[in-house]
Amino acid sequence: MTVKLMQGNEAIAMGALAAGCRFYAGYPITPSTEVAEVLARELPRVGGKFIQMEDEIASMAAIIGARVGGLKSMTATSGPGFSLMQENLGYAANTEIPCVVVDVQRLGPSTGSPTAAAQGDVMQARWGTHGDHPIIALSPISVRQAFDLTVTAFDMSERYRTPVLLMTDEIIGHMREPVEFPDFSTIKVYEQKVNEKPEDYKAFRNTPDGVPPFAAQGLGYRYHITGMLHDEVGFPTQRMDEIDPWVERLNSKLDKYMDEIALVEADHQVGARVALLSYGCSARTARHAMKAARSRGQKVDLLTLLTLWPFPERQVEALGERVDRICVVEMNLGQMALEVERIVGRKKVVRVTRANGEMITPQMVLDAMEVSK
Amino acid sequence: MSNQHILDAATLENDEALIPQSGWFERSETLQKLRKNKKFPTIWCSGCGIGVVMGALIRAIDHLGLKNDDVALVAGIGCSARMPVYMDFNTMHTAHGRALAFATGLKIARPDMKVIAVMGDGDALAIGGNHFIHAARRNIGITALVVNNAIYGMTGGQYSPTTPLGGRATTAPYGNIEPPFPICELATAAGASYVARSTVYHALELDKFLAEAIAKDGFSLVEAVSYCHTTYGRLNKLGAAADMMRSLKDNTISKSALDRMTPEEKAANTKIVRGNFVNIDRPEYTNTYADLITRVQEGEK
Repeated sequence: MTVKLMQGNEAIAMGALAAGCRFYAGYPITPSTEVAEVLARELPRVGGKFIQMEDEIASMAAIIGARVGGLKSMTATSGPGFSLMQENLGYAANTEIPCVVVDVQRLGPSTGSPTAAAQGDVMQARWGTHGDHPIIALSPISVRQAFDLTVTAFDMSERYRTPVLLMTDEIIGHMREPVEFPDFSTIKVYEQKVNEKPEDYKAFRNTPDGVPPFAAQGLGYRYHITGMLHDEVGFPTQRMDEIDPWVERLNSKLDKYMDEIALVEADHQVGARVALLSYGCSARTARHAMKAARSRGQKVDLLTLLTLWPFPERQVEALGERVDRICVVEMNLGQMALEVERIVGRKKVVRVTRANGEMITPQMVLDAMEVSK
Repeated sequence: MSNQHILDAATLENDEALIPQSGWFERSETLQKLRKNKKFPTIWCSGCGIGVVMGALIRAIDHLGLKNDDVALVAGIGCSARMPVYMDFNTMHTAHGRALAFATGLKIARPDMKVIAVMGDGDALAIGGNHFIHAARRNIGITALVVNNAIYGMTGGQYSPTTPLGGRATTAPYGNIEPPFPICELATAAGASYVARSTVYHALELDKFLAEAIAKDGFSLVEAVSYCHTTYGRLNKLGAAADMMRSLKDNTISKSALDRMTPEEKAANTKIVRGNFVNIDRPEYTNTYADLITRVQEGEK
């Protein structure tokens, strides 16, 4: 393929197509709309389907319904729409229906600033829907990575039977970079393998690996799906001997696979006593600051989180053992810093934050490194 | 033949003919549509009308000769929305108000399946009202079955968008001051291809309307007027289940009977009208989308 100048949002749409996404439901919202526009054009070309729903609640519901019907599905939105999706996002987590939700974050709360970047939805990504539940959230730092992590999002959603969130932002979504995509035919996404016969199939079986295979409905696998507490075949239950194993499996199923799920990019420097930790658009600022610091002889570590949830505890803990200070760079008022503090302790963490729609500058990071010495 | 219970319009004129004939439930084809599991008995109060609607739905599906695998029931939340758990189809019990939105995704993924959304009045018209009008506007091939008991039963008797003016509810202790939604008129205005209303007293008429609705290629609505003796009946001193069932007989009139009235009589009518109000053919959404795909792909060549 040739090199193309492309927006992050377009790359997300292309990543979805490459991953085999064949259904998109969404509602227009800045700064995510280009994802919908590209897929409205491209999906019918590959026999897929696009629909513009009446709101984001319906969009989230429709992608779940379509996945139950057998199509890999996605929606994209921004903060206000992401808030509306939360109830049905919990439904997907509860019923373990694979799907991908893109949140191109903008400044909030409320309408905030539709065209200004922010990273203020990262805690909502973890806890926005009610009740304890598993969730995976990924965050790209470049246009090419927006493509790659969209593919990864589909793969993980199928592999672990969970909704996967692509938590990008206005900067990455609207930024243009030259990208070259791999041949789509070389891209492989996890495919469900159901070995049981329909009469033996238990859609919510408490399997040792924690992830029972998912069978689309209407192909002989005829079963019940409910957002209520349910037994292994999907019927509502109030029996503790059925509820407890389900709660345990659902909420621990990702733990077994943290080595595969917790993606980070680390740039270590021997002897560094200070580290920068960031993600999404702010990781670009952090990288710039790291280069500037190193160019003037200062030793500094850099850890970029590509997976935000489940939180990459092992990698952050290891970083905390190496350095005295971790500057957490993010475009909110310290949401992921809370997680870093939880792992390494408050004394080691310096918050480099901004929530006015303007990007954090490398100088702000360098200043924070000076103060924290 | 399994379709003998689907009565023709002339027979339906006579209310007496609508009393169910014995022998229905002995037929194994019908019983095979029920799930044989630990879920019975149902959660519904003794005397509830929802079971009648479930029976009508099963008979309609049976009449159409559909295989269990070919049918998907998608429900919201509420008393009526518990219906799918008892029936052996592809079933999905979703979130309150969102049945039609889930069903839209499923129907687009599987246009060959018969997708039926089972909802109550609060489910379909209050929290789900926006999805209701837009599913009808798109004319997507989903059958919306709205069991209208004019109350939120599961939460204990709060007023709904179809509670009559003046009716008492736990959240309308001085009588409801909000005018009710006319469900069939709403669906008609929004663009549904098939619209019909009957009651749980007129069970065989419900069979017929549901069979026609499910067979329709387009958005179809069947309003099944029911009652809630446990909450609404008690709060409004309307008697026991049998009394409320009887009132559905006494306080409804068929559309054809209404059509025979003089304009003055029609204007004076206060009874609920039963009948098939819309049965038109217009392009169904998933068919149109399939055409779009063909058009786009041929244009590429």
